[in-house]
Amino acid sequence: MPSITLNKKVFEQLVGKELPLEELKDRISMLGTDLEDIKDNEIHVEVFPNRPDMLSEQGFARAFSSFIGVKTGLRKYAVKESNQKIIIDSSVKGIRPYTACAIVKGLQFDEENLRQVIQIQEKLHVTYGRNRKKAAIGIYPMEKITFPITYRADSPNKIKFRPLESDREMSALEILEEHKAGKEYAHLLQRLAKYPIFVDAKGEILSMPPIINSDKTGRVTDETKDVFVECSGFDFEVLSTCLNMIVTALADMGGEIYSLKLEYSEGTKTTPNLTPSKMKLDLPYVNKRLGLSLSEKDAIKLLEKMGYGFEQGHVLIPAYRADILHQVDLIEDIAIAYGYENFQEEIPNVATIGEEDEFEKFSKKVRDLLVGMQLLEVKNFHLTTKEDLTTKMNLAAEQPIPLKNAIGDHNHLRNAIMPSLMKILAENQHHEYPQNIFEIGRIFVPGDTETGILEAEHLNVMLCHDKTDFTEIRQVLEALIRALGLECMVKESEHPPFISGRSGDITIHGKKIGIIGELHPQVITYWQMVMPVVCFELNLGELFKLAWKN
Amino acid sequence: MELDSLIRKLHPLERAVLPVLRSHTELSAITSATKLQDIEVMRALQWLENKKALTIHSETKKIIFLDKNGLRYKKEGLPEKAFLNALSDEFKGLNVVTKKSKLSREEVNACLGVLRRRGAVDIQKGETVQLRITEQGKKVQQERTPEELFLHKHFPLELNILSEEEQKLVEDLKRRKEFLTLTESKVITVTLTKLGQELASLKISTDVVNRLTTSLLKTGEWKEKEFRAYDVEINVPQKHAGKKHFENEALEYIKSIWLELGFTEMTGNYVQSAFWDLDALFVPQDHPAREMQDTFYLGGKAKLPELWKKIKEVHENGADTGSKGWRYQFSKEETEQILLRTHTTVLSAQTLATLKKEDLPAKFFAVGKVFRNEALDWKHLFEFYQVEGIVIDPNANLKHLKGYLTQFYKKMGFSKVRMRPAHFPYTEPSLEVDVFHPVKKQWVELGGAGIFRPEVVKPLLGFDCPVIAWGQGMGRIISEYWNITDIRDINKNDLKQIREMRLWLK
Repeated sequence: MPSITLNKKVFEQLVGKELPLEELKDRISMLGTDLEDIKDNEIHVEVFPNRPDMLSEQGFARAFSSFIGVKTGLRKYAVKESNQKIIIDSSVKGIRPYTACAIVKGLQFDEENLRQVIQIQEKLHVTYGRNRKKAAIGIYPMEKITFPITYRADSPNKIKFRPLESDREMSALEILEEHKAGKEYAHLLQRLAKYPIFVDAKGEILSMPPIINSDKTGRVTDETKDVFVECSGFDFEVLSTCLNMIVTALADMGGEIYSLKLEYSEGTKTTPNLTPSKMKLDLPYVNKRLGLSLSEKDAIKLLEKMGYGFEQGHVLIPAYRADILHQVDLIEDIAIAYGYENFQEEIPNVATIGEEDEFEKFSKKVRDLLVGMQLLEVKNFHLTTKEDLTTKMNLAAEQPIPLKNAIGDHNHLRNAIMPSLMKILAENQHHEYPQNIFEIGRIFVPGDTETGILEAEHLNVMLCHDKTDFTEIRQVLEALIRALGLECMVKESEHPPFISGRSGDITIHGKKIGIIGELHPQVITYWQMVMPVVCFELNLGELFKLAWKN
Repeated sequence: MELDSLIRKLHPLERAVLPVLRSHTELSAITSATKLQDIEVMRALQWLENKKALTIHSETKKIIFLDKNGLRYKKEGLPEKAFLNALSDEFKGLNVVTKKSKLSREEVNACLGVLRRRGAVDIQKGETVQLRITEQGKKVQQERTPEELFLHKHFPLELNILSEEEQKLVEDLKRRKEFLTLTESKVITVTLTKLGQELASLKISTDVVNRLTTSLLKTGEWKEKEFRAYDVEINVPQKHAGKKHFENEALEYIKSIWLELGFTEMTGNYVQSAFWDLDALFVPQDHPAREMQDTFYLGGKAKLPELWKKIKEVHENGADTGSKGWRYQFSKEETEQILLRTHTTVLSAQTLATLKKEDLPAKFFAVGKVFRNEALDWKHLFEFYQVEGIVIDPNANLKHLKGYLTQFYKKMGFSKVRMRPAHFPYTEPSLEVDVFHPVKKQWVELGGAGIFRPEVVKPLLGFDCPVIAWGQGMGRIISEYWNITDIRDINKNDLKQIREMRLWLK
């Protein structure tokens, strides 16, 4: 989750009220954000990813101020016409086709304001902009650029400018190869034949989105008063909303918003568009989902606490909100405004009959029986190493199913429980013997299923002490099978983990359900053990089918 | 009275040993006097010591024995004497001297060492080694050397009663081949306490029954016998019960709560398609949680049910759910990806897809493993349990959600539940569930919950209906019950830990 640092003084000024620390903490958390820490003049909060509009002092304070009832309702932002335009050349189609732009005037970029603007830009890049892929933001000093501005694409070898944080002019390719920001975001452009750029009326390159601005035309300084703001990406609506988040924050910093005409080949659009969108409120639906009986008046009051307006049965949604897809999103905000702490618990008078999964019931009975034979249940992870599953079991040719991207060394799905239990015995050699253990768990093999992987519930019983032998493990097996009202046979067969001539297949009614045997000394040695081991492993799912219905 | 009770408890072995202690104090002597085995006597003595009737002293002694050569030299004289005798005032070659002395090469080397240190020989090293006796050598030849004096002592000899010089000599001789050997032996002696003296002086019957046997019962002999009393208060060796893994004990209890509340159990695969695990739950395809670092992916492509087309539409434009959708192009490739389930909510999605209108209201739960691509450390596991629940009820609402969770957590030992706003892509409202920790006196976060979005419910169920849902982590409660601070310890499979772990007593 993204976290931001708020300047407490700025925040309180914007909110318009100073709350005692405890109340501040409580309210922040009940608004739907996680307060991490308040230190001196800094508030650290985590903002849920559905509220990118709160990733700034201004956005956060706006939401908070409404929530605590200081400045409620829809905020109105004036947008004046700038009479300037942006020309979007058709060369950006298929490259980075859209941009939404605005001008904000009358700002003051002291150190603190500059920090805030950089933070908004960074946080939006990471979250809503999906690391600049979906949306990238550029802010430019008006005094250095000349309108109209063109957004177009050019071949990389033709693009040359001095980027921010560099002391020389670089070509586009050099930027991607050598510049810090260039290297980080190179993957977003690299495969393209042309790279997008903003160019002003004098032919000066402003930036190469989504990578970096020019140092000459794209660096805001403490002398800057007016700025040009653009967002570029792939979906016009996403970019408009992103732009709205920025310009409203800048307006809350004291700026005045001016619109720009965007000349697309298919027609002209004007941004920013801060007209709230409308959504019909179905009050009975709201009350039903929340278990409340709010009147329209109550609902309006709650909506206003969340920064909404209301007009003739419709909710007015601020143009900077990116998360209202459905009426349920409004319902959540109504619930937050109502206060989650104010919902009383209620158990409805609804009769349903609970039912345990039948296999789970069966598996519990098997475990009870094995425990009655003084066995100890162990539990392993389903992910393990290839070595444990293959070479250490004398099964070098086996191909267990690998994970594509595991960060640890447990990067294969186990295809048997036996290796997991050998590992346990190997790790417990300093403890008392006998060590008679069992595990019921999932194993994974290729199969004809939706995912191509068949999952089966297996049981492995493993006995380990200096006098154990094949007879003993067969006794355990037979005691189990008899208790289920079945009879099993053991048919001699060879399995590499076992000693030749001391292993077999377990069959019931002619169907093979598992294997049994005495572990090969070579296998025991692979695990660096010096104690005899015997075991059986069977498909408990198959056994369930045979035992449960009869 | 106390003495009587003590006597009643005496084991037959103790009874046999006690009288002998009047006259013997050393273990081997006691053993031969009782005609018992060493180990039996030792056990009896230990028991008596536990009863404070005696104290056992154990002392390790180093004993010197003459070895093969030592014994021979004692009889035939030391080789250095024979060597001196083979020398004269003139220099002679070493070979000549060796031959004349009839000593082995090894013995000669040992002699040369000793004699040179004493200044008894002159050695000239030229093409061959030349030797002659010195004046000092002649003296040595006449007197009895310290070695000779030592050889004539009475063996075996205890090392620590020797003088310092003699002990040094032993060090030298140890280096000579098969001259002497040193062995360590333990000497055990006992001293009777006042109580012991009293016991030893009494005449205590040795004819008592220790174990009740079948034969005593068959013959009825037990009627005439006196039964030795046991010390029932004494510690006995541990015995281990067969046991379920403690984590399963807790999980069984959790399952039983949901069953009691009328919920039906859901189970299902760990390996799932992105379609079921994420897309059917309206998780946007560019959601950060879907990235490689959070989810385990497997090779291959999943077969999709027909439903996928509907889900695609919902993502793209909301379809008939009344939603705007995520407004992007849904990728089939992305939804076909195969992964290890990241939450048990996938089971809820699959259950919803099987229900009909007449099945409602219905309640389901699952207790199952979920997987996260994380490195193991003290508070992260790459697979862990989640407790999932859904209630599909046309009348369900947010208060019911709090109600069910409050009931559940009450049975888990937490009387207060709090809801806080949160965000999940598939629920709206979304909330975080906290319980009030009665000992720590603070709120503890246990998991997410909410009401499924219509974008989730409508395509799966076929119609919109409130579905309240939760997915709670149990690791924290389980590890805390057993005071486990490193979460890896739940699955470390230390057999001693599993054997000794207290049961889940709830």
